[in-house]
Amino acid sequence: MKTNEKNKAVIEDTRESVSFGTRDKDFSKEPLCLSGRGVTRVFQTGKVTTVAVDHVDFDFHKGELISIVGESGSGKTTLSKMLLGLLEPTDGEIMFQGKPRDISTGAKKREYWKGIQAIFQDPFSSYNVFHKIDSVLLDCIDMRGGRNLPKEKKIEMMTEACSFVNLKFAELTNKYPFELSGGQMQRLMIARIFLLKPNILLADEPTSMIDACSRATILDMLLKLRDETGMTVIFITHDIGLAYYISDSVYIMEHGKFVESGKPDKVMLEPEAAYTKRLISDVPKIHEPWDLSTVDLLNYQS
Amino acid sequence: MKHTLRNVFHSPRFLVGFIIFMSILLTVLIYPWFVHRDPLQGLGKGFLEPGTYVSVYDTNNAGTYRVELPEANENRLESTIPVKDRQTMLDFLKAKGVDVSALDTSNEKFHELIEVWKENYDEADAKKNKYEGFATQAKRNELRRLNNRLSEDTSAAMSVTKGEGDSATTTAVAGSDYVKVDEVANSINLPLGTDNFGRDTLTELVKATGISLLVGLIAGSIATVLGLLVGLLAGYVGGLLDDILMFIANIFTVIPGFVLLILIYSALGAESRGIVTCAVIIGITSWVWTARSVRSQVISLRNRDHVNLSKLSGHSLFRIVTTDILPYIASYVVMAFILQVSSGILAEAQLSMLGLGPNPNELPTLGLMMNWAKLFGAYTSSNAWWAYFPVILMIALISFSLNLMNTGLDQVFNPTLRD
Amino acid sequence: MAKKMLEVHELTTKYITRQGEDVYSVDHVSLDIEEGKSLGIAGESGCGKSTLALSLMGYYFPPLHYTSGEIIIDGKNISGMDPDVVRKTVLGSEVAYIPQAAMNALNPTRKVGKFIEDVIEAHELPMDKKQIREMAEQRFAKLGLPVEALDKYSVELSGGMRQRVVIAISTILSPKVLIADEPSSALDVTSQKMVIKMMKDMLANGMVKSMIFITHELPLLYNVTDDIMVMYAGQIVERGTAHEMVFDPIHPYSRGLMRSILVPEEGTRDVKLTAIPGTPPNLKHPPAGCRFADRCRYATPACKVQQPPLFDIGGGRTYRCSFSVDQLKEVYAHEDE
Repeated sequence: MKTNEKNKAVIEDTRESVSFGTRDKDFSKEPLCLSGRGVTRVFQTGKVTTVAVDHVDFDFHKGELISIVGESGSGKTTLSKMLLGLLEPTDGEIMFQGKPRDISTGAKKREYWKGIQAIFQDPFSSYNVFHKIDSVLLDCIDMRGGRNLPKEKKIEMMTEACSFVNLKFAELTNKYPFELSGGQMQRLMIARIFLLKPNILLADEPTSMIDACSRATILDMLLKLRDETGMTVIFITHDIGLAYYISDSVYIMEHGKFVESGKPDKVMLEPEAAYTKRLISDVPKIHEPWDLSTVDLLNYQS
Repeated sequence: MKHTLRNVFHSPRFLVGFIIFMSILLTVLIYPWFVHRDPLQGLGKGFLEPGTYVSVYDTNNAGTYRVELPEANENRLESTIPVKDRQTMLDFLKAKGVDVSALDTSNEKFHELIEVWKENYDEADAKKNKYEGFATQAKRNELRRLNNRLSEDTSAAMSVTKGEGDSATTTAVAGSDYVKVDEVANSINLPLGTDNFGRDTLTELVKATGISLLVGLIAGSIATVLGLLVGLLAGYVGGLLDDILMFIANIFTVIPGFVLLILIYSALGAESRGIVTCAVIIGITSWVWTARSVRSQVISLRNRDHVNLSKLSGHSLFRIVTTDILPYIASYVVMAFILQVSSGILAEAQLSMLGLGPNPNELPTLGLMMNWAKLFGAYTSSNAWWAYFPVILMIALISFSLNLMNTGLDQVFNPTLRD
Repeated sequence: MAKKMLEVHELTTKYITRQGEDVYSVDHVSLDIEEGKSLGIAGESGCGKSTLALSLMGYYFPPLHYTSGEIIIDGKNISGMDPDVVRKTVLGSEVAYIPQAAMNALNPTRKVGKFIEDVIEAHELPMDKKQIREMAEQRFAKLGLPVEALDKYSVELSGGMRQRVVIAISTILSPKVLIADEPSSALDVTSQKMVIKMMKDMLANGMVKSMIFITHELPLLYNVTDDIMVMYAGQIVERGTAHEMVFDPIHPYSRGLMRSILVPEEGTRDVKLTAIPGTPPNLKHPPAGCRFADRCRYATPACKVQQPPLFDIGGGRTYRCSFSVDQLKEVYAHEDE
C-alpha cells in the first residue's frame, strides 16, 4: 500500500503540465540537457574505415526543439543512435544534464533511458507485431514505476494517453498495432512518450512515412507534448521545410560534421555555409522561384 | 496465430505433405495393435516371396469340400509345367516348321501352346523325321514324357496316409477336394515376404520406420536447439562471443559432416551404438547450418526499430531475445527443424548402409534394412525386391512429405513466393 | 488551339482482389493534355494516383483490369487494344512510364548502351548498331548526360544519375506522353533537382510531347507542371493551373493538401499548419455520397447522400463539390480571419 502511494506520487508529479515558452523563446539561458564535445563514430569493416560522425559539438537546452538536418549518408542516424546510447562513440564525450554520461552497465543504461526516449521513422517496424497495443502502453507504466497500480488506474492512464493523441483507448484495447494506419501508429508512439515523460525525446524522421496532410497532426502533438512537459525534442530530418517550421534551433549535417547551426530564421534564410546554401536552393519552393539553372547536369557523383 | 495456422493448412503443398507424413506416422502407431509379431523374429529361412503361406500338414487335417472349378485342370498344368518345358515345346514346334511367332511361355498363351502342340506332336512322326535338336533317343523320350504329362488326367491318384501301423488310414485326395483357408490351423500372410533372416518384411518395415522417425526427430531437435542457441547468441550479443561461436561453426563447416560422423561412429564400435546415441551424434554434427542462418536473421532483426524500442524500454537481454526476436524467426526455425528431421533420417540411412548404423541386434531401422538387403544379396543373387524396394520407397516418401511441408510453409511465410 | 496529345474520357479501371471483389481505383476519370504541356497529379497515398498512371498506358495485367472509357493518344484510340499490340506499338514509342524505383530496374551485368539497343530492337526499327550508338550519344549530349555513361554499368552511376539515365533510355523514341510516378522521391534534393531539370528540358525540346507527373510533394509539383489535378478516392476532385491550385484551391480537400505544405521560406513559420483528419475511404465499399464527406469539416447531411458531379467553371478549371465556388470562398475568407 505504501509503495502504491509512493508510485502514485511519482507519476502525478511528472504529470504537472508546465507550459514552456513559445516559438521564439531564448533557450540559451535554460540549463543544458544534453551536450557533446568531439563526438565521433568510426565504423571498421575489414580494411575500410568509415567516419560516420566526425567530431561534432552540440548543446541542447532544456525544453528546446532541435532539428538535425542532413541528407541520407550524412551520419544523422548514427548520431541519433549515439545520443540514445544504443551505440558507443569511438571518441568524444556526451554530457547528460551537465554531467558526463555514464551508461557502462545495464542498470545505468536503464536509468538513462528513463530520461531519453525515441520515436522512429517507420511506424510499421517500430512495433513488435506479436504484442497487443495494451502491452505496449502497460510497459511504459511499468517503466515509470507503476507496476503495482490497480488495474483501473492503469486503464485510466492509458485512456488519458490515448486521448492526448486523439485515439480512443476503448477502440484500441485488444487490437494489434498493425491494425492501425501509419498515422495512428505514429500517434500511439507519441502516446507512449506521453506516458513515459522523458526529459529528452529523440524523433528520428517521425513523419517521413506519413502523408503530408496527416503530418501536421503528428507535429502538433509533438509540440503540445513539449509545451506540456517541457521536454527537449531532438528532431532528426531530411526535410528542410519541416525543420524550418518546427524547430527552435537547427544543426545542418554534412558528411558527419555540423556545417552550420543556429536559429532557423538565420540558418534557413541567411545561410552561410556553402552546403546549406546549396541545400536550401535545391529545395522546391512556392513563393520564390526555384532556380533550375544552378544545376550541373554533368556531375554524376551526386 | 490462428490466422497463420489457417493459411498454412490452406497451402496445398503443405497439406499433401502433411497428409502423407501423418499417414506414415499413424501406420507406425496403429500397426502394432493388429500385428503382435516381434519384428526381428525369424519366421523362415532366407527370402520368401510375398504371398500367403499355408501349412501343408494342417491342410490335410482340415475338412474337405467339393468344388468343381472349370479351369482347374488348366491351372494345374500351368503350375506343373515349368517355363523350361514350355520352351522345349516351343523349340520342337519351331524345329518342325510350325509358325510359333504368336506363342510364348507365359501363362496367358499356355492354353494356345497346348492346342498347337496337340495338333502337331506325333510320337511316330518325331521318331521318323529326326528334327533338328531332337535327333537323339533321349530327346525324343523327353518329348514323349512331356506329351504324357500334358495328356494325363491331372486330378488322378493322390492319397494321404494318417496315423501309424494298424490305425493308419489312407484317404484318396480328389482333384475337386478343397479346404477352406480359414480352417487350416497354420497359415501366414506375408504381403512383403521375408528378408534373408526370414523376418516378416512388412512388420520389420513398420517398426524400422518408427525408429527412423524417432532418430530423425531426436537428431532434428538437437540440431535445431543447438543451432538456435548458437545463432541467437552469436547474432544478438555479437562481438567476441560471435567470433568464438562462428569460429567453432566454421570448423564444423570445413570438416565434412559426414566424414566426422563416420569417424565418431566407427570409434564408438557397433555394440555401444544405440538408437539414441546415433541420433545424438547426428544432431550435434548438423547444427551448423541452422546456427548460421538464425544468426543472419537475428543480425538483421537486431537493428530493427522495435528491438531498439524494447531496449529503450529497459527490457533485459533474455526478454528481448524471447519476445522481440524469437517470434519473428519462429516460422523460419520450424522450417529448418523439418529439414533437419528429414536430413537426420537420411543420415541414419546412409550410415547404416555403410554398416555404421545402430546395433543391429536391438531394433531395425530403415538404414539397417537396406544394409541387410545389400549384405545378403537381395539386390543381386536373390533378386528379392521386396526386401529393399519398400524401404527405399518409405525413405523417399518420408523425405518427400517433409520437404513438401517445408516448401508449403515457405510459400505461406514468404508471400513473394506465392503464385 | 494547340493539339491534344492525350485525351482520356471517363476511364474506369478496377482491381480484382484475391477474394474476387472489385475495387474501382480509377473511377470515370477524364483529362486532356495539350502538346508541350505537363499535368501534375496530387493526392494522398491510396487515392488512385499510381493506378491512374498504370491505367493510362493501356497495358493491363492482373490484378488491374480495364472496365470502360477511352484513352486517345495523339488521335489514336488505344483503349481496348490487345495487350501484346499495346506493348509493341504503344509502350516506349507513344507512352513512356517511369516508376519510382526505375533506377533499380537496370540489369547490373549490362552496360547502359545495351539497354538502348534493346529498346530499338524491341520496336523493330531499321537501325544498325552504329546508328543506334550515334543516336544515343546525341540524345545523351542534348540531355546533359555524360556520353561515357553509355559504356558504364548501372552500379557505377550514382542514384540520381541512374534515374536520369533510365529516363533517357525510356524516352529514346520521343514518346507523345511521359508518365512519371514519383520519379525523384527516393533521391536527395540535389539529385531531385537534376532529374526535374532534365525532364523539363525534354518537354521544352520536344523529346517528349507531354508529361504527367505524379507526386505527393506539392511544392515540387508546383514547380514542375503547368496544371495540377487533385485525386481523391479514385476520382478527380479538382483541376486548375499550378498557381491557382496552390494559392486558390476551391475543393476543401485541395485546400487541406495545400495547407500542409512546408517550405523553408520567410513567413511560413508563422502560418498555422492544418491537417485533414482521418484516412481515405476503403474503395471496396465506397461511400454513397461525396467521397470526402466523412473528413470534410464543411459537410452537410446532404453531402453524405448525394454525390456531387464535376463542375466545369471555365478556363480549364473543374471541381467536385456540392457547394458553389462563392460559398466556399466565403467560408475560407471567414476562416482565415
